[in-house]
Amino acid sequence: MRFGVVVFPGSNCDHDAWYAVSKNLGHSAEFIWHDSSSLGDVDAVILPGGFSYGDYLRCGAIAKFSPVMQAVREFASRGGLVIGICNGFQVLVESGLLAGALLRNRELKFVCRPVTIRVETTNSPFTCSAAQGQTLTVPVAHGEGCYFADDATLAALKRDDRIIFRYVDNPNGSLDDIAGICSEGRNVMGMMPHPERAADALLGCTDGRVIFESMFQTLAVKALTHA
Amino acid sequence: MSDLTVSELDKVRAILKREPNETEVGIFTVMWSEHCSYKSSRLHLKKLPTKSDRVLVGPGENAGIIDIGDGVDGKRWAIAFKIESHNHPSFIEPFQGAATGVGGILRDIFTMGARPIAVMDALRFGPLDDPSAGERNKRVMEGVVGGISHYGNCFGVPTVGGECVFEPCYNGNPLVNVFALGIFRHDEIFFGRATGVGNPVIYVGAKTGRDGIHGASMASSEFTEDSMQKRPNVQVGDPFMEKLLLEACLEAMRTGAIVGIQDMGAAGLTCSTCEMGSRAETGIEFDLALVPQREIGMTPTEIMLSESQERMLLVAIAGREHEVFQVFKKWGLDAVTIGRVTDDGILRVKNHGTVVAEIPNRELADEAPLYDRPHNTAPYRPAPLEVPASFSKDRPDRDFNADLATLLGSGDLCSKNWIWQQYDYMVRTNTVAGPGGDAAIVRIKDTDTSVAMSLDGNGRYCALSPREGARLLVAECCRNLSTVGATPVAATNNLNFGNPERPEIMAQLVEAIEGLSEACSFFDTPITGGNVSLYNETLGEAIWPTPVMGIVGLMKTAPPVTIPFKKEGRTVILLGGLGTCDQTRFGGTQYVKSVLNTLWGLPPALDMDYEKRVQTAIRKIVSEGHAESAHDLSGGGLAVALAECAMNGVGAAIDIKGPLRTDLALFHEAPSRILVSTSVPDVVERIARENNVEALRIGVTMKSRLRIDHNAVTRIDSPVDRFRGVFESALEGQLAPQHV
Repeated sequence: MRFGVVVFPGSNCDHDAWYAVSKNLGHSAEFIWHDSSSLGDVDAVILPGGFSYGDYLRCGAIAKFSPVMQAVREFASRGGLVIGICNGFQVLVESGLLAGALLRNRELKFVCRPVTIRVETTNSPFTCSAAQGQTLTVPVAHGEGCYFADDATLAALKRDDRIIFRYVDNPNGSLDDIAGICSEGRNVMGMMPHPERAADALLGCTDGRVIFESMFQTLAVKALTHA
Repeated sequence: MSDLTVSELDKVRAILKREPNETEVGIFTVMWSEHCSYKSSRLHLKKLPTKSDRVLVGPGENAGIIDIGDGVDGKRWAIAFKIESHNHPSFIEPFQGAATGVGGILRDIFTMGARPIAVMDALRFGPLDDPSAGERNKRVMEGVVGGISHYGNCFGVPTVGGECVFEPCYNGNPLVNVFALGIFRHDEIFFGRATGVGNPVIYVGAKTGRDGIHGASMASSEFTEDSMQKRPNVQVGDPFMEKLLLEACLEAMRTGAIVGIQDMGAAGLTCSTCEMGSRAETGIEFDLALVPQREIGMTPTEIMLSESQERMLLVAIAGREHEVFQVFKKWGLDAVTIGRVTDDGILRVKNHGTVVAEIPNRELADEAPLYDRPHNTAPYRPAPLEVPASFSKDRPDRDFNADLATLLGSGDLCSKNWIWQQYDYMVRTNTVAGPGGDAAIVRIKDTDTSVAMSLDGNGRYCALSPREGARLLVAECCRNLSTVGATPVAATNNLNFGNPERPEIMAQLVEAIEGLSEACSFFDTPITGGNVSLYNETLGEAIWPTPVMGIVGLMKTAPPVTIPFKKEGRTVILLGGLGTCDQTRFGGTQYVKSVLNTLWGLPPALDMDYEKRVQTAIRKIVSEGHAESAHDLSGGGLAVALAECAMNGVGAAIDIKGPLRTDLALFHEAPSRILVSTSVPDVVERIARENNVEALRIGVTMKSRLRIDHNAVTRIDSPVDRFRGVFESALEGQLAPQHV
């Protein structure tokens, strides 16, 4: 399995995602520079956390215009797996690949701490190895992570079982405790918590691994059925 | 405009052999400011130990460098670290002042070639409930914490710890000391040296504006009522630009085309050009017209003195400039050749071809005036030596449950979660132990080594005795590191004091430096660099002498041993014993501060030999896995340390006996003591014996209650939840707007 980690100017969890996937989980991973119009030969894409383009204007608002995002859009439209973490979630929302918006935290302050999230569905390539209702401890670290969507969008997310994670202890005021959602095609997911920070036993928690493991599982099954 | 004294101006004339022009006066003024030249402290800083087998680079460069041994890749690795203050700017404009403080120290680290992997902050504010200044203190604190959060988080460096203390002496003069640490291999180290005559001098990063002009000299004078008009002197930070600069600099360094590099910090272009030339014994000639500028009509003096952030100066190998330019272009940054290295040792500044300043580099950078300020008097003391009569008679009927709760809810001792949560303390996935522990631990990928860091200051102890206070804080930092299993190896210091032109303040500085020197020599922690911040006075009132130490230790990478008790039924051992304290040495404790609201006497007594043995013992106990939890005693003494150990829900039943009065026994702050909970008490006792230190079994952990008996009387008995509630909610409660 080859993971591509997109690097925007200002990405700062790019190395963490690369390390988690390659060193903690033993898969191959490479970086993709933001002005690259091709993703190369990758099986899944990670949009990492950070402050892409300084998060000027609005978080993720400038990143959506980068050449690499055109390639990500095409990759996603062909069913490729895309996970956006924190700033990556913001980029996906700004790019229109995911519904809704991410607003400033309810307390108007950056918040960094481990939170508990609940797996709301296992019907996704990102949670298929987890158990329904399983709780995971995964850190958040963001200033603009308050998920918001209009009533119709929220209803659609619920109807289609596209709310992947909910906070047990909502740290940012997100609508309906939403921590992560997926696209209509279910192959694009964004989440504010950082699974790559919960992948190394030394750092105290490995609950985030199940998300990457689900992605490997999905890709492995896909590879088998195509073989 | 000159802040140079008459005799300093005479010295300038002697160096130039003529009258200086306006630009030259400006250049000398900043380079010879207290902030840049250490002219009042240099004489005494020489007393500090600076060498050991591990020290690769000591004071004088942008940061000190320590060897940490081989990585798993077989290469030799090193760490660079330093502490810097941004006190004055943080009072005038808290958010930007603190943010640019973080930015400045990060550049000091990556200009050496190291990637920053950790930041810590030592903060001092006036009390949040101060009757007159409380509301302003809240604003300053919220601004400072917001600024650190903004800059560090966006840059992508974890803020892994630090400390925050409140005293009225910081009402008009908060302290913001930022420590940063970076890692690299030995073959990646760079220096700020302009070598190679004919090599191009290249300006990279942000454009130059008028911000921060005279920041260095502002930081070298007392605050007056006019100081608030100096807001334009505070720089504005852009952490995104700094992140790009970091990545571009490290990438450009890997091309092999760079021979020297230095950041533009205090005194901006002036300082970087003359220091790089001075270190290499070369000259630099450049034209201001080539400097990227974001404002029009800037005068040569303004360009030379600007402290615009996120700028670096580098010298490349002639003919290979394009390799450097290519990297900076990739990252979207300005990179412009502005001049050349020359062989005449002169800093020659031109503006559109016309020479506007011509000064010998070495004299400018290294021949700053050196003052032996008078200090033949006792250090100023803000409190009496005598024990107040009201305290000297026994107080047996105190409610010590209430006193303990008061301490746990005090600004100094309460949980700083409100602060830590605003810092991304995990980015880069190296944080083995984050904020709130005795020491922060960051693992170094590609090696099996972790670095532990402790940042500590105690203005209260130092106000009572600068020398003893300084020794105590070195001991405390080293004890913090040892408690997590790390061996202390090197230190950086930030000396925050008042006006050195007052002998009783200068005496504080000299005594503190001598105390630091003695303790750092004893604990084998040479000081590899640091910062001196003087003139911390507002309207004639000085802060307490506040040296802050940042000490780093090394350990094998392993899961951390943390503060909280983990399991019920474990033996609680007080390594180092109960210690002792008389009423005079009780006067500087947190108990006297927070419960009795006063101050007297002397700091606790320190036996450095014993302290060292306790530290050796705890390192062995922790690193060999015999402790389930470990926590050193500090502010608030035994009772507070026990309560802190109990915060996760496992409490303890403790029984101590001894001749001390109960209040002293519970709350005195004698050093050299560490609480350990263990399932193998015999092993812990054996290790203590081998090191000739006491290991006292004082109790057993139990579910959800903390009980402390003293001489067979139960003095503290309460559900752990009560203490946790006070501890965790105190800071937010104090920050909430007060409706009077």
